Amino acid sequence: MRVAGRSVLHGINLSVAAGETVILFGPNGVGKSSLFSALMGFPGYEVVRGTIRFKGEDLLPLNTAERAQLGIGIAFQRPPSIKGVKLKALGERISTAREESDRVSYFANNLGLSAFLDRDINLGFSGGETKRSEVFQLLLQNPSLSLIDEPESGVDIENIGVVGVALKTLLQRGNHINDRQKSGIIITHTGLILNYLNADRGVMLIDGGLSCSGHAREIFELIQERGYRECQKCLKKN
Amino acid sequence: MFEKELTVSDRQKLASVGFDESEHERSSSFAMIDNLPKHPHKAPAGIDILTLEQAWEKEPELMDGLCWQLVDPEKDEFTREVKANSGSGYLVRVKRGSRSILPLQACFFMRSDLLRQRVHNIIVLEEGSSLSIINGCVSGEEVSEGLHIGVTEILVGENADLSYTMIHDWSEGMEVRPRTAIRVLKGGTFISNYISIKRSKITQSYPTCHLQGNGATAHFNSLIYAPKESLYDVGARVILDAPESKAEIISRTISAGGEIINRGELIGLKPGIKAHLECSGMVLGEGGTIRAIPILEAAHPDVEMSHEASVGKIAQEEISYLMARGIPEDQAVSLIVRGFLDTDIFGLPPYLRKEVDKTVALLENAF
Repeated sequence: MRVAGRSVLHGINLSVAAGETVILFGPNGVGKSSLFSALMGFPGYEVVRGTIRFKGEDLLPLNTAERAQLGIGIAFQRPPSIKGVKLKALGERISTAREESDRVSYFANNLGLSAFLDRDINLGFSGGETKRSEVFQLLLQNPSLSLIDEPESGVDIENIGVVGVALKTLLQRGNHINDRQKSGIIITHTGLILNYLNADRGVMLIDGGLSCSGHAREIFELIQERGYRECQKCLKKN
Repeated sequence: MFEKELTVSDRQKLASVGFDESEHERSSSFAMIDNLPKHPHKAPAGIDILTLEQAWEKEPELMDGLCWQLVDPEKDEFTREVKANSGSGYLVRVKRGSRSILPLQACFFMRSDLLRQRVHNIIVLEEGSSLSIINGCVSGEEVSEGLHIGVTEILVGENADLSYTMIHDWSEGMEVRPRTAIRVLKGGTFISNYISIKRSKITQSYPTCHLQGNGATAHFNSLIYAPKESLYDVGARVILDAPESKAEIISRTISAGGEIINRGELIGLKPGIKAHLECSGMVLGEGGTIRAIPILEAAHPDVEMSHEASVGKIAQEEISYLMARGIPEDQAVSLIVRGFLDTDIFGLPPYLRKEVDKTVALLENAF
């Protein structure tokens, strides 16, 4: 895949089953967020070769809104602010299709966002408020597959708890293993999110490709111990 | 009010610019159809509303002291035309200490094609009085081309406050040339809300407000949407000629193929002045232009004056953000544009916000 004419990712082969949560690891700038952008079909993220299939459907001909309507949602790492568009109005817009209007106040209350409903989206929000607002919107959208980009970055400990618990609900991680339909891919650097929800597996994105699929916690501990350099050495050996 | 005079569709246009024929929640109404003024039915306590002809008859001395005092009749060909033809309009005088809660409404309706409507309005607020006026300017379905010239002279007395709102719905071939000047005395407040979201050929408006008493304040708010083949040369100038006087000019302009020149000028002459100018422009699609021209001039060291100006297209990032929530592209653009025109920034009272939001909502169908 290419971003602004530059090749960023190659040979990515990843499948996520219904009910599965996958942690995406990798050093800064390797293209983790770009992978999410390509999955969402954002302009400028061009898939040169290969396909992206979701629920059996080819996503490449679809635009971002159509993909979202099919059931893919994203929590942005650094979302833009939009002047004059209120969080409540957007929340209701996201939720309207599902005909459950009180969900807006319910989730806002859960995430401590009631006072933000009449504010312009993300305008002057702190790091934690931004993340809570992202998760709030995801909960309203309730997608089959959630792409969650660094839910802990710029967030204090208290907010991580709120975000973590909400994501656990969203991804049905509290349900019995046979009773989960929601899938998720989570990008994390700090690994803190793993204290709130268990992932089925972790994958490492490095040098433009995927490697080292395995137990999420184990991979994270290895990264903490030896850093990403070890992964690069390992890649060379193989 | 206009069952006999106007068609159903023309009356709907009037309603869309905030003119309520039932006069519900209005203290009184003034109307001018083509060049013929209509005297109001209701006479609210503490307010004189006269046609200019009546005013000359009843109050010649007062009129001598007011007429053409703030706007120079020799300013340009348009003021000369109004002067030469004794343009008609209203004199509104709010008596000392009288505070009207309900707004007064006025409409300037052009019914005949190829007409030159010449309006001359005078508003006087005596000491400690308060008034809100909603002016609706509309041309009827028969009108393809025409000229509207409006000379308006406003005097806001000591500790008085005036909220002056104009909502427009002109025909495509209309030329609109308001010439407005305002004088605000000690402790007085003048608020202007200018809304125009329809295509007119040329709209040229650059009111000048003189703040002449300590602590006098002026706010100019405007929302402009310029469709293809329209030219808006608009803005406001405030001369802060008294200590502690304050001014704020806020505009939101959108070019959807039309040309906008967005001016704002603040001139600070005395100490303790605070003034801010904010002009934001959004260019939608191809072919339109916006030129923002903010001017700040300070002639005293103890002034605090600032400006922010921005012109640009909608950020793709914002569209993508909303689309990622399942909102189709056209609706995402519409949401962002509506947000850009959010009237929260103007701090309008609820009744006025209702009227302005109604007008802005018409834009939903524009793209």
